Amino acid sequence: MQMSGGQALIKSLEMEGVEVMFGLPGGAILPVYDPIIDSPIRHILVRHEQGAGHMAEGYAHATGRPGVAMVTSGPAATNIVTPLCDAYMDSVPLVVITGQVPFSAIGSDAFQECDTTGITLSVTKHNWLVTDPADIPRIVREAFHIATTGRPGPVLIDIPKDIVDPKNPRSAMEWYWPTLEDIQKDLPGYKPTTKGHPRMIKEAARFILESERPVIYAGGGILKARAAEALRELVDLTGVHVVTTLMARGAFPDDHPLCLGMPGMHGNYTAVTAMQKADLLIALGSRFDDRVTGKVAGFAPEAKIIHVDIDPAELGKVRRPDVPIVGDCKLVIEELVKAVRELGDQPDRSAWKSRISGWQEKYPLTYQQDFEEGGPLKPQFVLEKLRDSTPDDTIVVSGVGQHQMWTSQYWKFNHPYTWVNSGGLGTMGFAVPAAVGAKVGRPDRMVWAVDGDGCFQMTAQELVTASAERIPIKVAILNNAYLGMVRQWQEMFYDERYSEVYLSPDLPDYKLWAEAMGCVGMRVESPDEVQSAIDKANEIDDRPVVIDFRTDSSEKVYPMVPAGLSNDDIVVDPSQGEGGH
Amino acid sequence: MAVTHHTLSVLVENKAGVLTRIAGLFARRGFNIYSLAVAPTDDERFSRITIVVDAESKPLEQITKQLFKLINVVKITELHPDEAVERELMLVTVRAEPTVRGQIIELVGVFEGKIVGVGQEQVTVMLAGAPNKLDDFEELMRRYGIEELQRTGRVALPKLDRATTRLHSVSGMVS
Repeated sequence: MQMSGGQALIKSLEMEGVEVMFGLPGGAILPVYDPIIDSPIRHILVRHEQGAGHMAEGYAHATGRPGVAMVTSGPAATNIVTPLCDAYMDSVPLVVITGQVPFSAIGSDAFQECDTTGITLSVTKHNWLVTDPADIPRIVREAFHIATTGRPGPVLIDIPKDIVDPKNPRSAMEWYWPTLEDIQKDLPGYKPTTKGHPRMIKEAARFILESERPVIYAGGGILKARAAEALRELVDLTGVHVVTTLMARGAFPDDHPLCLGMPGMHGNYTAVTAMQKADLLIALGSRFDDRVTGKVAGFAPEAKIIHVDIDPAELGKVRRPDVPIVGDCKLVIEELVKAVRELGDQPDRSAWKSRISGWQEKYPLTYQQDFEEGGPLKPQFVLEKLRDSTPDDTIVVSGVGQHQMWTSQYWKFNHPYTWVNSGGLGTMGFAVPAAVGAKVGRPDRMVWAVDGDGCFQMTAQELVTASAERIPIKVAILNNAYLGMVRQWQEMFYDERYSEVYLSPDLPDYKLWAEAMGCVGMRVESPDEVQSAIDKANEIDDRPVVIDFRTDSSEKVYPMVPAGLSNDDIVVDPSQGEGGH
Repeated sequence: MAVTHHTLSVLVENKAGVLTRIAGLFARRGFNIYSLAVAPTDDERFSRITIVVDAESKPLEQITKQLFKLINVVKITELHPDEAVERELMLVTVRAEPTVRGQIIELVGVFEGKIVGVGQEQVTVMLAGAPNKLDDFEELMRRYGIEELQRTGRVALPKLDRATTRLHSVSGMVS
């Protein structure tokens, strides 16, 4: 069947099972937008290309399916670089399609031309500049294959206008759809290892049985590999405690007695300390990020390391593992369960368990809400109310900063894929568009974005998209009138010299702004108004809701391991006295 | 050559932009490329890139693993100098006034080089060989005055196993 490159592109997306895409048209991509009218694929028109990228990420986080975004050339392509980098850091499967000036004009500084493949080289798993319309089905299939297999990640396809424009004879192609074998033959250098080495798995099982103080260090790879159930089985079999990193919140249920919660710079005391004192860390799909390890030389000094990751480059990048296993987390954990079962009974670890419960009792997460008239509203109080007033499977999305840390700390994540945030890149403004994407992917779920006032101002325009497309997300702005995390660092490490961090609580007026964007807007200033506002928001299901919670500017995130220090130097809430070990 | 240099032989798909991906990866991860040679292999779908990398600051393992993650990279071999045949080509234009020209020609002969250009006051010499041989020749030419010099960067292949190597040595094919 003869068709144009543009038709072939849309048909290829349909063949890949794409149901929804996020984007914004422009000159160079116009011919690809035309066949969308006749396609069953739902297109969501964003207000800024960065929004399209983060929506596709939110969709991918919530559904496990690759997110798809399509934008035009030049400024549109540069606007989507941030989401690409975000997805690259957090291993999110993303397929981004960008328009490009006609092939004959490339390199001539044409209108809206930029070197998109060059610019995105270091923030994609792979990218392509298509030069022949006949390559489109093959490249699209390769793109989805690469984005979703091995360590998932973003890919980009850059398409010159002439090869998709039916008015140009260069765009004609004969339709075909390649088989998986065809594309594997075309990718001789791409063969991800999924099955762990059996001898190493046996070795890991032996290490676990010999360990007196083991901790499972579960990372985002558990979710990417859809290994939450396998992990649960391993924990129930071995009785080993689990920490879930920022990217793995929900990978193991917070209400499980062996779950210690989040480790790291703002992790809870027990999760951080258990890792420090462990004699064995079982790292599953985690990458020893600096926000988890603190000063590497002082991290878990007595621990032997089992490191399971699908990306061989992660093994030994930060900490040399004693048992390195390259493979898919789900497959490896399943084999590990078998190997542990064959080896026999677990040792008695009651002394270790009682040390852990001692830390939990001594240093729980804590804050003080003052209920007197005029007492400032604490962000943690808002989060606890929100957590307790929403269904257990609510999807929570956050931006980056204090509000993100408090949400991760205070929410109870009991299901995988209920927590969506920007971990590696730390992209402020992630929450609103990512929440839109998550809600599009999971319309059956309640979706709450918890955002900061600084973050909200970066991407709030996507609430217009949400209103126009009837995507009823809910947004809780923890408005402390500051770039709160920066303020916290200036207070603690820069002698309270507050340089350029004040934002004002009422400029803009968030309630009016929300209403102007077609949302329901509310404002909450005192603790006694919190519950009724949340209840009201939960009842609204036909449009987005924004609640402006005016929270205490001076509240800080604790515990905290100051940057560059060892995790042994953890600082707890001042009311709990000295932390440390 | 100091031990802080490593030679990587990288088999890649012969496609547009592959060299940029590789060079970019080195830059991004903080490695300095010492020399680089690229050409298609006997199979035109693939090229071989020989990279000599300055690995003083960081272990080579990480960059090798990162390289291998590039979709277009098919195979990477790290070549230890003792286990590789390494060759390089040099072109050098030297001041060669009539009084010293004889000496230069003699040295070129000793090093099995070739004079490929002759001017009134200079000669251009081509020399191929092991990199340290080129270093030695370069040093000797310096006293006559080097006007221009260009080396290709090394190309390398693994040494054949011992039995085969001996056989070749006997027949004089491998120096």
